[in-house]
Amino acid sequence: MATKPAETLLSRTWDYITETQIWRSIFRHGMPSNSRNRALAVMSNVFLHLHPVKIRKSGVRLKFTWCMGGLTFFLFLVETFTGLLLMFYYRPTVAFAYMDIIDLAEQVPLGIMREIHRWGAHAMVITVWLHMFRVFMTGSYKPPREFNWNVGVILLVLTLLLSFTGYLLPWDQLAIWAITVGSNMARATPLLGHEGPGAQLLALGDVKMVHAGSDARFALLGGRFVGEGALLRFYVLHCVGIPLVAGILMAVHFWRVRKDGGISGPM
Amino acid sequence: MADEKDSAQPPVQGTPPAAAAPAPAATAAAPAPAAPAPEMSRRLFMWSLPVGWAAFSAASAAALVATGRSLFPNVLFEPPQSFKAGFPSEYNAGEVDVRWKDAFGVWIVRENEGFYALLATCTHLGCSPNWLATENKFKCPCHGSGFYRTGINFEGPAPRPLERARIVLADDGQILVDKSVKFQQEKGEWTNPEAYLKA
Repeated sequence: MATKPAETLLSRTWDYITETQIWRSIFRHGMPSNSRNRALAVMSNVFLHLHPVKIRKSGVRLKFTWCMGGLTFFLFLVETFTGLLLMFYYRPTVAFAYMDIIDLAEQVPLGIMREIHRWGAHAMVITVWLHMFRVFMTGSYKPPREFNWNVGVILLVLTLLLSFTGYLLPWDQLAIWAITVGSNMARATPLLGHEGPGAQLLALGDVKMVHAGSDARFALLGGRFVGEGALLRFYVLHCVGIPLVAGILMAVHFWRVRKDGGISGPM
Repeated sequence: MADEKDSAQPPVQGTPPAAAAPAPAATAAAPAPAAPAPEMSRRLFMWSLPVGWAAFSAASAAALVATGRSLFPNVLFEPPQSFKAGFPSEYNAGEVDVRWKDAFGVWIVRENEGFYALLATCTHLGCSPNWLATENKFKCPCHGSGFYRTGINFEGPAPRPLERARIVLADDGQILVDKSVKFQQEKGEWTNPEAYLKA
């Protein structure tokens, strides 16, 4: 048969490394140089295993997916990382919030971090819409993918809520009044908003159960107007609550792509 | 019980002695052994299922309600809904008084005949308009709604007049404004006696 390639210092070192217990405890398969090992490389990795082991050739084409789902996820990671850095400097209180944002731009080293976070957020909203548009145009919402379409719709709403909650945090006039206007929509929530349909029905005699101090808007803002409570609630939702839910749903979303047969084929 | 027949015979060497040995002795001592009383009767077991699940569900529901309730604070660090706005003599006739606007979001307008309290909340989308004395109007910075000093809307997207708050005299002679009671012009409520404090 074929002669073995001559041993060199490099190949001996490589062989030594790949036979150590450390290496073998991490990688449970050989080099991904054949189909089986490539499949094992995907399946034995907690991150990669959410992906299909194999995808159609057509699915790789940029023209088919526009990479929009992947770009959205990439931007989510960018937002997570830059947001984490911003949290080291930003204090979500009326006394500090605005000046901390000014400091982030003018005094903190690498002051563009906040701008990256802001532009990344804008870009993520755009890519998530384009991703939805692509999925619609390629018919990828059809069975068996209808469940994943719904997961995606929830992720779209969460993306918009991340933008909405992040909008308040600079605590400038634009932020305060934009959230005042936006949160006023919650007044009209059916049953749960004090100006919404059916709220009048929830009353014990003359005592209204749903009023300006007990309705959905009040729970959102932690008060009757956009103030200290609203700033803190939006901060917690923006930094922890919504990203946590979105992260879990993203795992489901990617995993379902695999379970539903990988990236859809051309129509 | 299948062992009964075997246990009558002497234990064969090599069978597990621990289980087999006491059996013949027990059979000899009590020919009709009562079955050991079960720790839980069938009736008790069957009842424990719905009762247990009901208790668990009730506790879970109560925890859920309590968690939701915790989102509604008992104490608000906000200005109170009603406040005393000083004595009527502190206001000049024909002026829109802005001294309570920042703290309570209320303008008190003093006319020759009396007072009314306008809520500083735009009826378009809820921003705070400003009183522009030189132009004799309230103007909202968000989308440009304008209101006469009476509160009637005349320009911009605001669909209806500003709301008025309850304004009465307190026992000590001071003006008392209560924002929790509102009067809307389009509902004909401005004629309510508590919407206008006669001087």
